[in-house]
Amino acid sequence: MIRLENIHKSYRMGKNKLHVLKGIDLHIKQGELVSIMGSSGSGKSTLLNIIGILDNYDEGKYFLDKTLIKGLSEKKAAFYRNKMLGFVFQSFNLIPFKNAMENVALPLYYQKIPRKKRNKKALEYLEKMGLRPWAEHLPNELSGGQKQRLAIARALITRPKVILADEPTGALDSKTSMEVMELMRQINHEGITMIIVTHEQDIAEQTDRIIHLKDGRIENDAISTETKQKVFETLVEEEAAVV
Amino acid sequence: MIIDRDKWQEIFSTINKNKLRTFLTGFSVAWGIFMLIILLGSGQGLQNGVQHQFANDATNSLWIYQGLTTKPYQGMNAGRKIQFTNADYIRTKNLDSRINHISGRSRVGSKTISYKNNYGSYSIRAVDPAHRFIENTIITKGRFLNRMDLEHFSKVVVIGNAVDKDLFKHGANPIGKYVKIGDIPFEVIGVFKAAGGNGEIRKVFIPVSTAQRVFNGGNRLDQIAFTVGNATLAQTKQIEKEVRYEFARAHHFDPADRRAIHISNNLADYEKVMNLFLGIRIFIWIIGIGTIIAGIVGVSNIMMIVVKERTKEIGIRKALGATPRSIIGLILLESVVITSLAGYLGLMAGVGLLELVNKYMPPTDFFRNPQANLSIALIAMALLVIAGAIAGFIPAKNAASIKPIDALRDE
Ligand SMILES: Nc1ncnc2c1ncn2[C@@H]1O[C@H](COP(=O)(O)OP(=O)(O)OP(=O)(O)O)[C@@H](O)[C@H]1O
Ligand SMILES: [Mg+2]
Repeated sequence: MIRLENIHKSYRMGKNKLHVLKGIDLHIKQGELVSIMGSSGSGKSTLLNIIGILDNYDEGKYFLDKTLIKGLSEKKAAFYRNKMLGFVFQSFNLIPFKNAMENVALPLYYQKIPRKKRNKKALEYLEKMGLRPWAEHLPNELSGGQKQRLAIARALITRPKVILADEPTGALDSKTSMEVMELMRQINHEGITMIIVTHEQDIAEQTDRIIHLKDGRIENDAISTETKQKVFETLVEEEAAVV
Repeated sequence: MIIDRDKWQEIFSTINKNKLRTFLTGFSVAWGIFMLIILLGSGQGLQNGVQHQFANDATNSLWIYQGLTTKPYQGMNAGRKIQFTNADYIRTKNLDSRINHISGRSRVGSKTISYKNNYGSYSIRAVDPAHRFIENTIITKGRFLNRMDLEHFSKVVVIGNAVDKDLFKHGANPIGKYVKIGDIPFEVIGVFKAAGGNGEIRKVFIPVSTAQRVFNGGNRLDQIAFTVGNATLAQTKQIEKEVRYEFARAHHFDPADRRAIHISNNLADYEKVMNLFLGIRIFIWIIGIGTIIAGIVGVSNIMMIVVKERTKEIGIRKALGATPRSIIGLILLESVVITSLAGYLGLMAGVGLLELVNKYMPPTDFFRNPQANLSIALIAMALLVIAGAIAGFIPAKNAASIKPIDALRDE
């Protein structure tokens, strides 16, 4: 589903160049549930944004469902984002002046689906997320967990192939985090590939595969319980080294 | 349809949720259009007012007044008074075929006019029957002076509407009644008002021949006025020159002596005033265009702020699959809808105010019937809408082309 070959990415900060991704090779198959871990500044978000076609990369190749994603026109990029990808952000990124139903229905607007049909579908997804009674509410009338479920509903409504989540539970308490994570797992069971960037061991433990990023490189790609445990330990060491 | 219901929905929900911003954008447009309408309207009102004053006099009339010579000529000293007589009247009448109505006038001044116990002091105009074509007069009762009155030295009088009201109380019919001018009875043959409108006219007309005989005028005239049909300004100037030359010859003064007689050319005055109005109109246009530009700048600024404010929203929309085109369309359409609606409101408010002024403010000599040229207002509005669209387009295009991740990072 996702294939990255020797991806490089630098940010230009005035005269200096900050080399953030230093040759990422990664293959994620359809239906995988993957988490990306790493210390702050290791390039997790950068990587996820490149996968999500929200940002471009400098070097290497990125194939999304066998299509090379490079130098796309904005129109093409919009098409792939809409059809193939769903996003869940730490800060929810809901449109504040649209109610829950309208927020969820928005991706379908860009598919030119008629309003009635759109809203009907949005209500279905709100129902699934247990948000049906809040359909007419504005985002700021919802709790953090509700907002994130709303964002998930919005990511799901186009039936994307891949859902990308950047610290989806970062702004939630642990109980709500677990609920949200449970939801994500269910969605993954329906066959949607899912990539979650997280700091939290509890979250990563629930994924099938943990990719450990360190300083712009893949330090570890863990599938077995032992290797996962190893990742957690090295991460704790990294944290300690910083302090 | 280019704009489907969804787009409208989208636009009205954003407008609805951003009322202050919408109000600010709308206000600068509405204000611009409103001011333009008021300016254009007042300009027109001023012009109508002054034009109306000219309605009193035929705009093609020439008035000859007597003066004092300022240059010695043929052995005569300067400072000699030129006195007109009936001979001047006849001479002028035959001077040029384009002269169609002509009247001599003899000065009588103001006199007391009485009817029974009512009396007042009114200005007496001793004129030729043709006078009513020179100074547009409208007969409301009876008739004006005619040739017979002139030839028979008839003691008849045409009175102004104010004189009628003063002397003939309770709507009594003045026609055929005798009033006394000084001690001399004159028969009232008509009542008139000025062509200009409802002004109170406190003067009366009597035949110039009668005046000369009754009020010791001899064959003297004080003024000669005539109209020149539809002669152009250049032709009128030519006639004026002929008149001056003929009078100089007859009265022995230097044709170059501008003070010996005065000729006032109503057409030239009229054109002068019209030129003044051209100036005023240009001035109004400059201010109007300034107002419109201010409106455009206002709209541009606000559109820029709108786009800035919505950067994050644009990022979200892009992440969800919005094409640059749909983003640009959204912002442009919003700007166009707001500016058109606001422009329309400003237009209505401006036109409404002018209508109120029309209805409740009595017309004066300087101001009447203000009216804005609606097509100009509509063009101005279209201009603002287009400007708003362009003002929205550039920032919208920039916003639509930044990377979604950069837009999303915007706080
Ligand atoms: N737009 C940008 N311009 C310049 N530098 C950036 C930009 N975005 C990220 N960086 C830098 O790139 C590096 C990697 O950033 P990234 O956001 O990918 O880290 P991360 O692993 O997601 O960290 P965190 O866990 O704190 O979210 C950091 O040093 C960051 O400061
Ligand atoms: Mg990050």
